[in-house]
Amino acid sequence: MKISTYFLALLCPVILLSSCKKDAEEVTANTKSTFSIEFENQVNGSPLVLNTTSYKNAKGEDFKINVFKYYVSNIKLSKADGTTYLIPESYFLIDASKSESTNITFKDVPTGDYTKIEYTIGVDYARNFAGAQTGALDPINGMFWTWNSGYIFVKLEGTSPQSTADKNLLTFHIGGVTDPNNTIRTFATEINSANPLRVRADGKPNMHFIVNAAALFTGKTDVSFATLNFTMGGTNSVIVANNYANGLFRLDHIHN
Amino acid sequence: MLFLSIALMYACSKNEDEVAQEEKKITFSIPANFPAPAYNFEDNKLTNAGFALGKKLFYEARLSADKSVSCGSCHQQFAGFTQLDHKVSHGVNNCQGKRNTPPLVNLAWQKAFFWDGGVKNIETSPLNAITDACEMGTDIQTIVAFLKNTAPYPDLFKQAFGSTEINSQLILKSITQFAAVLVSGNSKYDKVMRKEGGISFTSTELAGYNLFKEKCTSCHAEPFFTDFSYRSNGLDLISADEGRSHITGVASDFGKFRVPTLRNIEYTSPYMHDGRFYSLDEVLEHYNSGVKASTNLDAQLKNGIPLNTTEKEQIKAFLKTLTDNEFIKNTLYSES
Ligand code: HEC
Ligand code: HEC
Repeated sequence: MKISTYFLALLCPVILLSSCKKDAEEVTANTKSTFSIEFENQVNGSPLVLNTTSYKNAKGEDFKINVFKYYVSNIKLSKADGTTYLIPESYFLIDASKSESTNITFKDVPTGDYTKIEYTIGVDYARNFAGAQTGALDPINGMFWTWNSGYIFVKLEGTSPQSTADKNLLTFHIGGVTDPNNTIRTFATEINSANPLRVRADGKPNMHFIVNAAALFTGKTDVSFATLNFTMGGTNSVIVANNYANGLFRLDHIHN
Repeated sequence: MLFLSIALMYACSKNEDEVAQEEKKITFSIPANFPAPAYNFEDNKLTNAGFALGKKLFYEARLSADKSVSCGSCHQQFAGFTQLDHKVSHGVNNCQGKRNTPPLVNLAWQKAFFWDGGVKNIETSPLNAITDACEMGTDIQTIVAFLKNTAPYPDLFKQAFGSTEINSQLILKSITQFAAVLVSGNSKYDKVMRKEGGISFTSTELAGYNLFKEKCTSCHAEPFFTDFSYRSNGLDLISADEGRSHITGVASDFGKFRVPTLRNIEYTSPYMHDGRFYSLDEVLEHYNSGVKASTNLDAQLKNGIPLNTTEKEQIKAFLKTLTDNEFIKNTLYSES
């Protein structure tokens, strides 16, 4: 009894001190480990090469891509028993011109077998209107609209001979979080339970996603660059978001 | 032991305050006749060092592309932090902007910014001016690099945020420490409302206040003299500027603008989103005889607001009681 009182008394200021730190982590008994995700950017099965390679959209129109960037956020893993783990502060900007951005490592993930992954393509509603952000959400990344608060969720810029815009440009800046032009989309995929994402103390699995940039232009509505070559939010952005909601990401395989 | 714990807790929360104890402590004070603010410095602790840095950045012309324009060039203190005598903002390379610079006052109570409400957070509202080709014409990379390489900025960031790290977040947070402290609530009107020191309206001012409550407060609501809604007051049959619909994409918002505050209105000329009127007389004459049947004209203004000469003088006398000289002349906010 006496010992434990002393012990508590000693601990008391320690706890209080550490509570000063804002980001005190919750203590869990479970073990934690690491896994990673690789996003492999492609266009209809071919590797995405910026600026030089010509691709075809679903309408058979040629196009090149100069810029391809997108946000993936609020990554959530689920186990077969229905329990979920939301990776805290998970905001990532994948930029086809920065190879290091295509590989993301997650530390401190509770160990276990995960059979589903879901995430937001873009940035959740609240962060679009929040105060000054840093990291992936820093406006320095050129993915924040300064005249109409909110993030550009997916940015594809390029050229197409069919584009009627000045210099044949393609400008697809997809974003906007208020109805009727809300472009927040969630991607979810089941993981084969025979080969789940096995996060183990001694195992650091890697998930490999194929990202198809051409998915912006096909799916619900095939886009012709003759009629749609510029959008920065609004109804045309919704058309593009509805296209890529299903086709942009595909889980290719997991290295356990 | 318990005592020690409490002492430690106390130390945790007090540490940062003590640093700048000798100077006058910068505070964010809420006038007694104001409601609770929307921005309360929760994630951006107000400190003397943070405010001082924000103020220095606000007046730093070297942040702009041609090193000639600072925030303070367009938001001038003597004009209630708007730009005197400029219909529309005037930026780098003598470029004329699209809209009249709004005053920066009581921003902590605002939930949306710009004439069309496009910007949703006070902390991100300087970004457009920084990057707009016609305002400061630069980008964040350039500003961050400049600040990293220019004394005394690294030291000032260290004093304000505890590290010489400089990034857009800290730049914006410090500017906000300055901008959100710009509270104007010591006009004659406020003192009369708070029944301070036996101050009262003259009979003309009182008549003006009564007329104002009858004809204007449905939009210019007290105590901010705006209800923060978007409306058309019939300036043009067809507005040249889309206004609110630029943000919402909704046709019924075309040509609507945020009802502007009328605080310090005596000094914030020219008036309206495009700065078309230079005097309050012109504004009142607009309500009296100039209201156009714009597509989305506010229903209350269908027949304008008839005002005779006496009534105009009375309303003008009242509007001048919204001048807050303690705010306009406060050296705490001035370029030093
Ligand atoms: C060239 C002139 C100019 C410069 C320089 C400028 N502004 Fe502005 N500011 C404006 C104009 C014009 C608006 C209104 C924009 C609109 O409604 O589209 C505005 C709006 C604002 C607002 C929103 C006010 C409200 O009530 O909605 C804030 C806050 C602001 N500016 C802060 C700043 C800061 C901080 C800086 C310096 C980084 C700055 N401005 C530099 C002209 C300028
Ligand atoms: C139906 C709502 C409404 C009513 C009623 C109304 N106003 Fe306004 N007022 C506005 C709007 C909206 C603007 C901004 C219009 C714009 O710039 O496009 C404005 C602008 C102003 C301005 C210019 C402020 C600035 O900084 O540019 C003044 C001054 C003004 N009103 C005074 C008055 C007075 C005095 C009355 C009563 C006689 C009145 N208003 C009644 C909506 C209203």
